[in-house]
Amino acid sequence: MALLEVRNLSKNFGGLAAVSEFDLDVEEGEIRGIIGPNGAGKTTLFNVISGTLRPSGGSINFEGQSIAGKRPSAIAAMGAVRTFQRTALFEDFDTMGNVSIARHLHAKETIFGAILGTARKMELANERRAEEIIEFIGLGEVKHELAINLSHGHQRALNVAMALAAEPRLLMLDEPVAGMNPGETAVMTDIIRNLRKDWGITVILVEHDMRTVMDVCEQITVINFGRKLAEGTPDEIVSNDDVIEAYLGSEDILGEDF
Amino acid sequence: MAVITVLAVLCVIPFHMGLSRVDTATVFFISVILAVSYRLITTTGDWGFAHIIFQGVGAYAAALLGKHAGIPFIVMVPLAGLVTALVGAIVMYPMLRTKGFGFFITSFAFGELIRMIWVKVKDPFGGVGGIINIPMPELFGLKLFSLVNYYFACMVFMVVSVFIMWRIDRSRIANAWKAIHTDDMLAECMGVNVARYRTLAFTVGCFFAGIAGALVAYRLGSIDPHNFNINEMVYLVIWVVIGGAATFWGPLIGVTLLTVVFELSRELEEWRPMMFGGILIMFLIFLPGGIESLLPALRRPPSEHYARFRKWLTTLRPG
Ligand SMILES: Nc1ncnc2c1ncn2[C@@H]1O[C@H](COP(=O)(O)OP(=O)(O)O)[C@@H](O)[C@H]1O
Ligand SMILES: [Mg+2]
Repeated sequence: MALLEVRNLSKNFGGLAAVSEFDLDVEEGEIRGIIGPNGAGKTTLFNVISGTLRPSGGSINFEGQSIAGKRPSAIAAMGAVRTFQRTALFEDFDTMGNVSIARHLHAKETIFGAILGTARKMELANERRAEEIIEFIGLGEVKHELAINLSHGHQRALNVAMALAAEPRLLMLDEPVAGMNPGETAVMTDIIRNLRKDWGITVILVEHDMRTVMDVCEQITVINFGRKLAEGTPDEIVSNDDVIEAYLGSEDILGEDF
Repeated sequence: MAVITVLAVLCVIPFHMGLSRVDTATVFFISVILAVSYRLITTTGDWGFAHIIFQGVGAYAAALLGKHAGIPFIVMVPLAGLVTALVGAIVMYPMLRTKGFGFFITSFAFGELIRMIWVKVKDPFGGVGGIINIPMPELFGLKLFSLVNYYFACMVFMVVSVFIMWRIDRSRIANAWKAIHTDDMLAECMGVNVARYRTLAFTVGCFFAGIAGALVAYRLGSIDPHNFNINEMVYLVIWVVIGGAATFWGPLIGVTLLTVVFELSRELEEWRPMMFGGILIMFLIFLPGGIESLLPALRRPPSEHYARFRKWLTTLRPG
């Protein structure tokens, strides 16, 4: 049984079928790439899997349990956590504060505990874990900077750190290197590899930037007009005629120009 | 330290001022509970327009139960809080579907509905005449009819309430509330059950509104729907906006300052609504963060002003 099993999934916006008849199996320990031209339905797919949007049809099973139509917080509590394509931060808080808020699931506090201050020990453990994650993502130097003041690259990295703080088994990254410079992209690519190696996290990587996907994923799913166009290893994908045609005009799909 | 000084002063002054001033100070304590609890709810971004109605719910609960069930003052005040919290939780359930301006309007509508119930359901709410002959509060045999004694009772409830809300404000729960305010979608995806946490904030806020309501009911001895009308709600909003809602102490600054202004303007009775309306408009235009926002702005490094300015610029661009 795959960790994530998506069957016949569809999502319509009025007359527009943003995702249709979509099947996806992601095995434990995989780093799966999902690519496709702009507007292909990649983000919508994440929105539906993570519970941000209700599916119009089909089923989604995570660890054998149906998660279709559940609240995002419930799905996150089960271990499937997503990041956003846009930079999404709690900008009034510093790096540490953002990661700390994202540890919500692992820091249960009741209103009475808050008044009496009984959560101190738990908070200390949380703080240690938050620091560990911040170091892992390479944000140690900007630990106490307000999120709003971070560079774009740091903000994107913080998005990933926050998702990690929820301790996911499945991490869904929506264009994590968007807008990053080549140096930052290389660092993030390494981090994604280490996520599986060191922490055993399964990753689904939605990317516009082909090189990153080709670099880190052994299996790639190509989506176009909401439908699955192809699936296979990077080598199979680059030589697939349908894929090449979908990216029309760009005979070399590894080119930088799309 | 500052807190202890203030409390010491508050303990001494009732013996050195006129009884009408003592009563004004008592109202001030109740207003503090109201303003701080209103601000607590707004930390999730839920700016409602029914907090005064929930104060009324607490007042009616205290009046009815105190009168007909003979529940003593010291039990009744927190019990009124619990009743109000329950009503708040029920009302919040349908309101969860709204946010922002929609929440504001919906809460107003629900508030009017509750007021309508007070007016139309004569038994037990007494219609427009309200409820009279609420028993005198008594505490361990001590008659709180004396204004000075009641002053101290309200002061204790205010101090305890504010302390509890201050503890909550510094907790992880309050951070989740603030996170919901900034980006509810992100908070939800990070595992915060937004519906549950908004309900929690609303319920806790209503609990303290109910306490404020019970204290008002005992102070007046009789209540009617008029005590909780829109005027009072507007004053509450003015307190919080002028003080500032971003930090815990903002509403306290607002209530204190405006109580003083209110007292100084006693001769200008009929000009007051215009005056306070003018103050509110000036603040919304020139100091939307309230008085409290002046403090960190002075300490903030220039780089941060620049970052904020740049962010503000991006909001001007469409898309
Ligand atoms: N909330 C929405 N309402 C209406 N249409 C949407 C919504 N979200 C996405 N779409 C449409 O669905 C299609 C797929 O969008 P998206 O999933 O964002 O694509 P991708 O992430 O692959 O670029 C696009 O045509 C987009 O305009
Ligand atoms: Mg997208």
